[in-house]
Amino acid sequence: MTAEIASDAGAVTRRPAAEAAGELRPPPWLGQRRRRPAVSLALRLSVPLALLVAWWWAAGSGRIPPDVLTGPGAVLSALRELASTGQLADYVLASARRAALGVLVGCGAGLVLGAAAGLSALGEELIDLTLQMKRAVPFLALVPLFISWFGVGETFKVALIAVAASAPMYAYVYLGVRGVDRKVVEAARGFGLRGARLAVSVVLPSALPSVLMALRISLAVSLTGLIAAEQLGATEGIGYLVTLAQQYYRNDYMVLCILIYALLGLLIDLAIRGVERLATPWRGQVTAR
Amino acid sequence: MTRDGHEVAVRVRGLRKAFGAKTVLDGIDLEVRRGEFFALLGPSGTGKTTLLRLLAGLERPDAGTVLTAPRVTTVYQEPRLVVARRVLANVTLGLPRPTRGSSRGSSRDRGVRALAEVGLGGRERAWPATLSGGEAQRVALARALVRDPQVLLLDEPFAALDALTRLQAQDLVAELCARHRPAVVLVTHDVDEAVRLADRVAVLDGGAFVVDRAIELPRPRGASSAASDPAALEHRRELLARLGVSPPSGQAVVPSDQVAPPSDQVAPPSDRDDPPSDRADLPADRGVIA
Repeated sequence: MTAEIASDAGAVTRRPAAEAAGELRPPPWLGQRRRRPAVSLALRLSVPLALLVAWWWAAGSGRIPPDVLTGPGAVLSALRELASTGQLADYVLASARRAALGVLVGCGAGLVLGAAAGLSALGEELIDLTLQMKRAVPFLALVPLFISWFGVGETFKVALIAVAASAPMYAYVYLGVRGVDRKVVEAARGFGLRGARLAVSVVLPSALPSVLMALRISLAVSLTGLIAAEQLGATEGIGYLVTLAQQYYRNDYMVLCILIYALLGLLIDLAIRGVERLATPWRGQVTAR
Repeated sequence: MTRDGHEVAVRVRGLRKAFGAKTVLDGIDLEVRRGEFFALLGPSGTGKTTLLRLLAGLERPDAGTVLTAPRVTTVYQEPRLVVARRVLANVTLGLPRPTRGSSRGSSRDRGVRALAEVGLGGRERAWPATLSGGEAQRVALARALVRDPQVLLLDEPFAALDALTRLQAQDLVAELCARHRPAVVLVTHDVDEAVRLADRVAVLDGGAFVVDRAIELPRPRGASSAASDPAALEHRRELLARLGVSPPSGQAVVPSDQVAPPSDQVAPPSDRDDPPSDRADLPADRGVIA
């Protein structure tokens, strides 16, 4: 009888009397609790909203001076100002174009190299050490060298983002390919699959979750590359806006840029989640078995 | 080769295989003909799976010869399906792709037929993760049969199944082997399974066959008839004795489907008895393909 059981499910203690009587009870629920999506969304949004409210209140009541952190109102008007001149759209588009091109080149190279190193012993011998060394070099250390090669134009910016994005892509694809169940690969080889066919029909599909994970991280890293690239020789872009804000000491622009980056990161993450759902439909079909 | 369809599909002569200082197989001779069902019993670690891997080309012999017909396929203890591909794609894995001009999708049709044969018609587009253990193993069976094998290697394919599913899967395998007539080599821990399915049973111990016995029982051998037939019980008793399991004196041997299923197995089903599986042809630091 449930009335005899302490309501705290974490520690199901029964009264000795009930135990002695051999009383039955429903098993304590060990399954996962499922929240309704609306509740879940509300919980997710609650902390960012609380932070926003705290910021609003702190700035409005003068507890934080405006030259330390301007209030949301000032940031909003900065946003309105930029949006009305069309600069905001131009800047975001310029940044997105650079990032997309850099990510495309960098992730493409990382994917091919990671797959080659993961799939074949020869590839690993030829590629891995070099790329491990490259990975040890922070890509920001390449900035002066790249400027002397490419100048401060678009090539430099795209190249820097590409280099930044390629490293996680290579590492995760390599690990993903290595992590494919060797027993399955052995069975496939027993059915006559070799080389490219084995890679395309067995190994790469199995490694797809790792590839998507890599894409997520590469995109996040590319945002860092974007700031670094756009602080030099740019006349548009979000990174340029950061530089301007710094030069003119405009706190509202500084905060606005940070918020734009946060929003971009969030959008990228959502997009990748959508891609994951489409590209790996075999996942999430069943719960743990 | 003879013309009556009884040509030899597996021929092993003087086979020796050692892992380090441990000689696992020492002077094995074996012939299996098309249509013959050969079952290999033995305690854990005696090299049953190693023999199978040698036949599959996954290990190299240290001495002796291993010859097989060209089309060899294996069903393992685990289904070994590619989780990222649908059931039909798993079955037709590696089959020739339809070329322009030929009947389009002939591999596909063969895959669909093979799935229907194992009782999974209509499940072509299912994902492997949604299948039960028995269903997944039937997909693995369809994947082997679709290649029309001359030699079918079964590496404890029923070990991970529950008792009821196991009996059904055994019937299915018996039926399919009778229809397609490959040379079958079954590795198992289960004496009843061997007696029920095989034309010939051998016990491997100390690197050599200590028993190699024909099982002449009428087919089909239903689960209950195989268990109650006096000849089958005699085979069972003898094989168990060779495996070091003897019933208490004066007590009848109880068929396995009347007791808890794992109790008469010589060892729990596991792939512990194949030392080579960890050192398979892919050392951990090498690539997946090369």
